[in-house]
Amino acid sequence: MSDEIKWTKESDMPLMAMSLGRMTVNKTGSWRNLRPIIDKEKCIKCGICWKFCPDVSIEIDEEDYPVVVLDFCKGCGICVVECPKDAIKMVKED
Amino acid sequence: MQKVIMGNHALSWGALLSRAEVIAAYPITPQTEVVELLSNMCADGDLDAQFIKVESEHSAMAASMGASAAGARTFTATSAQGLALMHEVLHWATGARLPIVMGNINRAMAPPWTIWTEQTDSISERDTGWLQIYTSSIQEILDSVIQAYKVAEQVYLPVMVVLDSFVLSHTNENCDIPDQKKVDAYLPKFNNEYKLDVNKPAAYGGLTGPDWYYELRYKIQKDTERSLDLFVETGKEFGEVFGREYGLVETYKMDDADTVLVTSASIASTARPVIDAMREEGHKVGLVRVRVFRPFPSDLMRKLLAGRKKVLVVDRNISFGMSGAFYEETKAALYNVKSSPPMWGYIAGLGGRDVPTNVVRDMIDQTLSEDHPEGDIIWIGVKK
Repeated sequence: MSDEIKWTKESDMPLMAMSLGRMTVNKTGSWRNLRPIIDKEKCIKCGICWKFCPDVSIEIDEEDYPVVVLDFCKGCGICVVECPKDAIKMVKED
Repeated sequence: MQKVIMGNHALSWGALLSRAEVIAAYPITPQTEVVELLSNMCADGDLDAQFIKVESEHSAMAASMGASAAGARTFTATSAQGLALMHEVLHWATGARLPIVMGNINRAMAPPWTIWTEQTDSISERDTGWLQIYTSSIQEILDSVIQAYKVAEQVYLPVMVVLDSFVLSHTNENCDIPDQKKVDAYLPKFNNEYKLDVNKPAAYGGLTGPDWYYELRYKIQKDTERSLDLFVETGKEFGEVFGREYGLVETYKMDDADTVLVTSASIASTARPVIDAMREEGHKVGLVRVRVFRPFPSDLMRKLLAGRKKVLVVDRNISFGMSGAFYEETKAALYNVKSSPPMWGYIAGLGGRDVPTNVVRDMIDQTLSEDHPEGDIIWIGVKK
């Protein structure tokens, strides 16, 4: 099933909201007031922020650093609280 | 096989014969025997179903939804406060298009604590999208469970089979237990084309914006309308196979009736001998028992009632601030009809107050004695 909804009329749709609201399509990053910024100097690549993110919005890059996926991060700040090295801070979105 | 059973056990037998695969229910008076017998049936191996014990009615419906989404034929039952506790998930079952069948025993809502019959519990759920069948005999309860699955699984909508507490739930009547092979042929195994499938992963019920939510509601309404014909078809087919035909309504002595009593459930059974007695005295009275309340059979009600002289509706429920639900909806169905008759709306039997033949007679007599009804609610027997 593709991520993008392609139908144009109700008869094309399944009966229920089946894969209507796939989160790859419904981007929720715009809900965010505060944006997490990761300081690579302090980060020890422990992966705790990745593990605790309730929205699975932290990915790990090729160098094993965490990267916030801003299309989905709602800015809850849990990563900031959980980081053992205070490597993440929240800044106001413009 | 003929067997004397109570109304609650008729629900259990209906679930057994329908080969329910998952049962999740929480006991509540006056529904408890439904669950007790089903749990025995599972323990004895008569019913090959998963029996899920849950800690509340909200969980009972949530577990039923999970089972149904996985493609299992699912049964549950509740009453009154239990049904109210399910309210949030009742909407979910409809929106997720899950063909669950649930027995609801009509019990008046608390406070004050009460266990006696009244329809306000299920009437309060009329806007959840659950289809509703109101039964009036032990046999009809059992037969309706089987028919409910047949309709539910064609339109992917849940169905509530409703019965009066005690008057039906705890009354024993002789009941024909249909042959399992015949039921299997009438109601084959269900293949849910939308069921959860690890090989075809999909997100169910995810966030849907205003661009498509509207269409999903349109589809529910269209399939609800379609279920009207399906109730008639399945009820007719049931008659051909088992010798007992069912429809959207049951009519009695309607051919030349100029005054028609509209009611539901066990009050309709009480009304039949009253109609007979009044016919003998020369009054042309007839009876319409509404069996399927959701969807409301508006077209049929127009055909049955337009052009009659007077109609009285007896409700064992109340929508505070308006009137009885069967009255409201019958009136609404007849509004744009030229020959719409005047309509009297009686509220009777709340909280299990007995509605014997003389009370039914009083309501018909009052209707015959007046040219027009006074007000939207006529109370009967208030101790003033």
